[in-house]
Amino acid sequence: MNHVLTKIAAATIGLCLSAAALAKTEISFYFPVAVGGPITKTIDQYAADFNKENPELNVTPVYSGTYQETIVKVLTAHKAGKPPTAAILLSTDTFTLADEDAIVPIDNFVKTDADRAWMKSFFPAFMLNGQFANMTWGVPFQRSTVVLYWNKDLFKEAGLDPNTPPKNWAETISMGQKLTKKDASGNVTQWGIQVPSSGFPYWLFQGFSTQNDAILANPEGNQVKYDDPNVVAALQYWVDLSKKYGIHPSGVVEWGTTPRDFMEKKVAMIWTTTGNLTNIRSNAKFDFGVAMLPEGKRRGSPTGGGNFFIFKKAAGPEQEGAYKFAKWLTQPERAAQWSIDTGYVAVSPAAYETPALQKYAADFPPALVARDQLPFAVAELSTHDNQRVTKALNDGLQAALTGTKTPEQAMKDAQAEATRLLRPYK
Amino acid sequence: MRYHVVRNVYAYLLLLPAFVFLVGFTHYPAMATLLDSFMSTPRAGRAASFVGMQNYQDMLADPIFWKSAINNLWFALATIPVSIALSIGMALWVNDKIAGRSFLRMAYFLPTVLPMIAVANIWIFFYTPGYGLINQVLQALGFSSQNWLGDPGLVLGSVIVVAIWKEAGFFMIFYLAALQALSPSYKEAAQIEGASAWYFFRRIQWPLLMPTTVFVLVNALINAFRMVDHIIVMTKGGPDNASSLILFYLYEIGFKFWDQGYASVLTVVLLLILAVVGLLQFFILDRRTHYQ
Repeated sequence: MNHVLTKIAAATIGLCLSAAALAKTEISFYFPVAVGGPITKTIDQYAADFNKENPELNVTPVYSGTYQETIVKVLTAHKAGKPPTAAILLSTDTFTLADEDAIVPIDNFVKTDADRAWMKSFFPAFMLNGQFANMTWGVPFQRSTVVLYWNKDLFKEAGLDPNTPPKNWAETISMGQKLTKKDASGNVTQWGIQVPSSGFPYWLFQGFSTQNDAILANPEGNQVKYDDPNVVAALQYWVDLSKKYGIHPSGVVEWGTTPRDFMEKKVAMIWTTTGNLTNIRSNAKFDFGVAMLPEGKRRGSPTGGGNFFIFKKAAGPEQEGAYKFAKWLTQPERAAQWSIDTGYVAVSPAAYETPALQKYAADFPPALVARDQLPFAVAELSTHDNQRVTKALNDGLQAALTGTKTPEQAMKDAQAEATRLLRPYK
Repeated sequence: MRYHVVRNVYAYLLLLPAFVFLVGFTHYPAMATLLDSFMSTPRAGRAASFVGMQNYQDMLADPIFWKSAINNLWFALATIPVSIALSIGMALWVNDKIAGRSFLRMAYFLPTVLPMIAVANIWIFFYTPGYGLINQVLQALGFSSQNWLGDPGLVLGSVIVVAIWKEAGFFMIFYLAALQALSPSYKEAAQIEGASAWYFFRRIQWPLLMPTTVFVLVNALINAFRMVDHIIVMTKGGPDNASSLILFYLYEIGFKFWDQGYASVLTVVLLLILAVVGLLQFFILDRRTHYQ
């Protein structure tokens, strides 16, 4: 018995000594997975490659579930005094993280010209959600946007040009009417268009509101304009697709089954994330197209997805190491490969100039649609007390879509709730 | 006298390990939550301060809390009797000597074994408008397709069905075990006396199963108030909070909105509900229960 204990003690001391001898800076990195595919394997490989190139650093990636599970883990650890060094979290959680005093601005680490050039290398649309108070709190890593997918076979059947998706709101209606089919007893067997509204309807709704020339929140994140007449009109349009024109299913449309509905030919056009591109490409048994969202008063779509954050309570050298890792992860070649593997939009224009992504786009042009839409993209809705202020809008949208409130009333109520919540941040 | 002291110390030392865990993971958190419920939520740069009953007043004025509480009431009222009735029915059936009995028992118990998250994801597709299993059956029978999870009038019923499906098989196991423990002489005596199957159930089996029913009832009630996983997967409380339950709302307040003060209030309320329910059952129902 004693013998065993002695051995264990000796082994423990040995381990401590060897760790001290190497003196590596340990960087823990939490990441969520929100799309299909072997993502954890890719990230583990990135960390291994980075550690090989930087022997003084040791990045340990930790798969931490969904975005929601990751922020719960990270913020709980932060409150207990021991957060990870870095994590990928929703770009919209920037205010929440800063309000909890959990993160440091990335600007703290920007010292050389190369650093400054790197900060300027991203698509401006992707930087919006990470910036406030003249500082950048997170850099883009896995980002997406909303696009329109259409079924070319069903377009042909309906007598429409299979290569021309609707360009604007009016064409969405006229094409949608041709694409909606009913059986003998009047039940709809094929819908014209479907825009999901379960879970996080605000994100899809931002497509409509932006196209109707309304911005939902100010950049300071302490004021929203849910009851703006343009916002109400945008919601009215969404409601009317179903109620007035009958080309969109009524009630709340499930986000998770929408790609499936499209692949089952139950719907001719859908709005969903670019992140579904690889999924639809491998499973759709028909020819489909990807297009920018139709134009209202202007073109528009929100961005989405995750940014790279560095935590305040981590030690200085660890933060520097995490910063180095962030730069390494977003180099054009790596961003290009990440985009090909996952369907996320590559974060910088330079990534689209790389041979790998150029070749991929030549084979599969829809991969470029998201990039082309970026000049029209706006920040994803994000405010202080973000999830709660967003819930006020989500509840209002669902109330209008299910017909329990009129769009005016729903947006008025949402505005009142959001104004109350944001009062402390004025 | 000294012998007694030593023996007491000895007993307490033996109880200590369990006591430490009980205090650390049950009593301390409950007390800390109670205290937190009178404090404001600490934010960066602002420590928590004493706000008295403010959080409780906010809760009473919060329409989403009331909506969730009422939903939860309906949820409990619908799931508990139905799943108990179903589980007794299934237990009586698979207790008889019929062909394929083990297969039936396994089939009924299967939903309990499956992970709820996976199951909820499959149910989403059952409920899908148009081509979902349930709507296909409806349409084949000449009814029109319904948007089960997207209609505020149908969504609560839809998640209740999933909960019943999940729970009935679990409770069946307890009833089955209890039925098998009943002496066969009751049945023989009843047959000799010419009692009908219904009379036998009502007068003999049901009273003898009462201890099991109390146990199942306690569990079913606790389950009804801690049901959260399939709500997160299937509806996220939507549309417009039509399927929000108390624990789901508590999760949102606590871990999405990070409002510690308000989350503590909801926790206290939930604890109170469960405590009252538990006490009522143990003191009233228990007294009327016949134990063998």
